[in-house]
Amino acid sequence: MKICCLVKEVPDAAVQKRIDQNTKRLDRSGEKNLNPFDTHGIEAAMQIREEGKAEVDEIVAVTMGPESAVRALHKAVALGADRSVHLTDEALAGSDVCATGYALAKTLESEQPDLVLLGQQSDDGECYTIGAVVADHLKMPSLTQVIKIEADAEKLVCERQAEYGYDTVEVQLPAVISVGDAINEPRYPSLKAIMGAKKKPLETHATGDVGIEADRVGEQGSKTQVLAINPPPEKEAGEIIEDEDTNETVEKVVAWLDERKLL
Amino acid sequence: MGGILVYALHDDEGNFNKNSLGAISEAAKLAGELGTEAAAVVVGEIADDACAGLGAHGAAKVYRAKSAPEGLAQPIVDVMAKVIEDEGFSYALFGGGLLGFEIGAGLTARLNAGVTMEVTEVKAQDGKLVAERPVLQDSAIVDVGYVDEPGIIIGRLNAFDVQEGGGGTAEVVDVDVELSEWSTKAKMVTRGEQRGEEINIEDADILVGGGRGLGEADNFKLAEELAEALGGAVAATRAVVDAGWYPYSAQIGQTGKTVAPKLYLAAGISGAIQHKVGMQSSENILAINKDPNAPIFEFADLGVVGDLHKILPKLTEAVKAKKGG
Repeated sequence: MKICCLVKEVPDAAVQKRIDQNTKRLDRSGEKNLNPFDTHGIEAAMQIREEGKAEVDEIVAVTMGPESAVRALHKAVALGADRSVHLTDEALAGSDVCATGYALAKTLESEQPDLVLLGQQSDDGECYTIGAVVADHLKMPSLTQVIKIEADAEKLVCERQAEYGYDTVEVQLPAVISVGDAINEPRYPSLKAIMGAKKKPLETHATGDVGIEADRVGEQGSKTQVLAINPPPEKEAGEIIEDEDTNETVEKVVAWLDERKLL
Repeated sequence: MGGILVYALHDDEGNFNKNSLGAISEAAKLAGELGTEAAAVVVGEIADDACAGLGAHGAAKVYRAKSAPEGLAQPIVDVMAKVIEDEGFSYALFGGGLLGFEIGAGLTARLNAGVTMEVTEVKAQDGKLVAERPVLQDSAIVDVGYVDEPGIIIGRLNAFDVQEGGGGTAEVVDVDVELSEWSTKAKMVTRGEQRGEEINIEDADILVGGGRGLGEADNFKLAEELAEALGGAVAATRAVVDAGWYPYSAQIGQTGKTVAPKLYLAAGISGAIQHKVGMQSSENILAINKDPNAPIFEFADLGVVGDLHKILPKLTEAVKAKKGG
């Protein structure tokens, strides 16, 4: 079985994120990291391999992004992927969800995976959509926000929370599954794995290499357009208490509750 | 100009989802402004009356695919893609919820259509729809327009209010859809399983919400003791419910309940959007968290930066003393 893990480079959580008013795109400069949700996808792949009910021949990390995204791939390899694939091309800049999903699907097509795993959302985009877009292009069944996977060679039994409680769904392979952070605790990479990550095979593709039609990606190929960026409605900032003396803190909180007739 | 098509989700008893009804109401309002009609898609064996009843929320027509299963996205993508193409709909609109995200995303691929998610407001502008979407932990709001039709709009949970008493009865049209081969490769084994005991959090005036910051399941005791002293109930985040620390029935947010108590006291909750959408209408929000950068402090009325293991027991005692005295 070949598992492809989609990964994404995102601005580090600690870095103040902002939107560039000129390009109307997320300013992606500054410190970057591997999307934390994607580390759960890689861990899920590792656990399927280690459990052994499905024989996993290869775990491949796949990303789309500028040159700097190589670091996210190195991190993915340090966490357990055997090799990585980097789709990078100027023509992809400014791609929306529709264009990004298409480009990733074309890249995955060249790998012919039995299972595609990814994080259910990214720290910067917060959308649950990419997995389902990719799946429909690949004509594969798909499930998002999965918190438990039992895999064998032919199928997966997945659990997730949906609108009315927990759903258990059987999915035949090949399939595309996005995972939530409750699925596992990603392991820490060993120093050896971190040092060795740069030596693992990394393939770089331009759009033409994987058959991506140029007019379906990038800003030109996108189907949505950012018309304006506005600040959110003003909300009066709340009061903040730093707890130094807990008795004093509690006194203040009780007074606050009392003032609002909540006691 | 084509109409606006809404997916109406229902449970196994055939009750329509509140967020879906809200989306129908919103679609009807927008369709009125654009001079077109709103319609809904329903899958499964839902009775004529129930389908026609969606007219009360503003649906002019209901397309029913009896043989398509409810609960998984891809068969519904097949149904909606066919209805959109055959009937020339200009937009598809979804209320908040997991399936809306999946179906909307599937339609994006199938129809090569633009999609916007987590939408909090939709406006008609020059004969087209523009979606407002908060980004970066709600620190900015982007207006998104569509280059082509159809455009896919996926709402945030509770973004669209249910309106009653519009329209009347919807015309029910049965559609026959052949499912894609890959749409039949996922099968529901069990749907909507409840885990843990039944807890009523929706009627409580005061809720103490517990999150990962509590550290472990046993520490929910601290939240329970405080809730008891305050005369309220205990709620939980998805993370701790998935971890098995607290029952699903107490979960607030995206795939849980929506509450608006007089007081919401968030203990060890970071305040991710998925949680925020379920409790942001609370009258008073008090947050205790050791991380000063936790997003919850952005919308709490009172924030306490500190160790809840120290603060909660003392607060419980102080509340008891105050109420007793």
